[in-house]
Amino acid sequence: MDIFLFQFFNLDIMRQALPLILDGAKMTLLLCLAVIPLGLVGGLMVATGSISTSRTSRILTKGYVDFFRAVPPLVLLLVIYSGLPFAGIRLSPFMAVCLAFFLNASSFYGEIFRAGVESVGKGQWEAARSTGLTWMQTYQTVVLPQASRNVLPDLVSNTVEVIKLTSIASVVSFTELLYAADMARSVTYNTSPIVLAAILYLAVLWPVVRLVSRLEHRLGH
Amino acid sequence: MTGLDRFRDAFLKPELIERYLPDILSGIAVTLQIAVAVVVTGLALGLALAVVRSYGYRLVNAPVIVFVDVFRALPPLVVILIVYFGLPNLGVNIPSFAVLWLVLSLVLAAFAEEIFWSGLISVRKGQWDAARSTGLSHWQALTSVVLPQAIRICVPPLTNRTIAVTKNTALGTVIGVGEIMNQGTSAMSLSGNATPLMMAAIAYVAIFVPVVALGSWIERRFAWKKA
Repeated sequence: MDIFLFQFFNLDIMRQALPLILDGAKMTLLLCLAVIPLGLVGGLMVATGSISTSRTSRILTKGYVDFFRAVPPLVLLLVIYSGLPFAGIRLSPFMAVCLAFFLNASSFYGEIFRAGVESVGKGQWEAARSTGLTWMQTYQTVVLPQASRNVLPDLVSNTVEVIKLTSIASVVSFTELLYAADMARSVTYNTSPIVLAAILYLAVLWPVVRLVSRLEHRLGH
Repeated sequence: MTGLDRFRDAFLKPELIERYLPDILSGIAVTLQIAVAVVVTGLALGLALAVVRSYGYRLVNAPVIVFVDVFRALPPLVVILIVYFGLPNLGVNIPSFAVLWLVLSLVLAAFAEEIFWSGLISVRKGQWDAARSTGLSHWQALTSVVLPQAIRICVPPLTNRTIAVTKNTALGTVIGVGEIMNQGTSAMSLSGNATPLMMAAIAYVAIFVPVVALGSWIERRFAWKKA
């Protein structure tokens, strides 16, 4: 038991690693502030493309969504970060992560928004258009607000996945929370810094995970 | 040399494809084995936990709920690193593929428990009461009346979640599991060429595009039909 506490909950080591880990947490926060809006905006574009009246646009968005939902995010990130330089395109870790997350998150958010838009009844469209609103005005002010509310649990739950996924940025040496913790681990030969990082993830995400369960049960999903 | 040739030599060089094909194929075998093992143990453990929870003993349920929440909230890579670097320090040495299998199974079990549990509580209480009043035990009511009704609702979300967790097998590359990505990146650094990386990426696409398509088909097939 003592060995266990020493290896996983070593308060001395945690205290020493704390400043480094907090710096990492700041970078994770920054990363989230970049990739979540990117994914949401991309998702809206994807959803709009997938309900378009143009057949080409529908086929293209479906191909995009099916492809990027299938590729594991780490594979996508490594292809962008280590593969693109061979084509003369060298991205910083931050830009590589942003691009990979944009491609990945926009296809997941896109599917969620599409389901939301499809859940809004045809009558809403017809009523709004008959009052003289254009297609775009109807879409933005009548359909999207209802659509987003209908799929709120899925949007929140996907956002949790995106936040958790930022941990793979450590693989391309972006100094976020997990990277900082792993650096502290390799210096101290002790697992406590990563446990500390886990505690930070839990502190933020546990309440959200609870909230998602609540929302899902309430809406009878 | 034209631009297209240069592009081919950087990303899909025929000699390198031939040289590294066996490595990538062995990576595919490892990925598939771990994925299947994770699906079997993860779903079985998730179902078992949901069944245990249905008995409603508070002392047993509290740890189950904590386990489920923690593994849904933590990034899998964090857990993988804790187990991979932590266990040897305790004197427990398990190979890296076993670490990947164990952690992903626990993650899938947590999500699966939550889904099975939602399915169980979505079956109306009258079904339980009716089944128990005919003299069935809790176990009999559960397995022959409630679960068969619950499973159907669980299929679409379970499929999606199972696919999401099996895609995480790529994380094994971080701890040196010889799966597709690991074979691809080590061959890339050996050859100084992106061809093996592209082969690995293509292998993932070839495996997961059909799986995701199958997932969407199952989702439509089992969709909750609104009356």
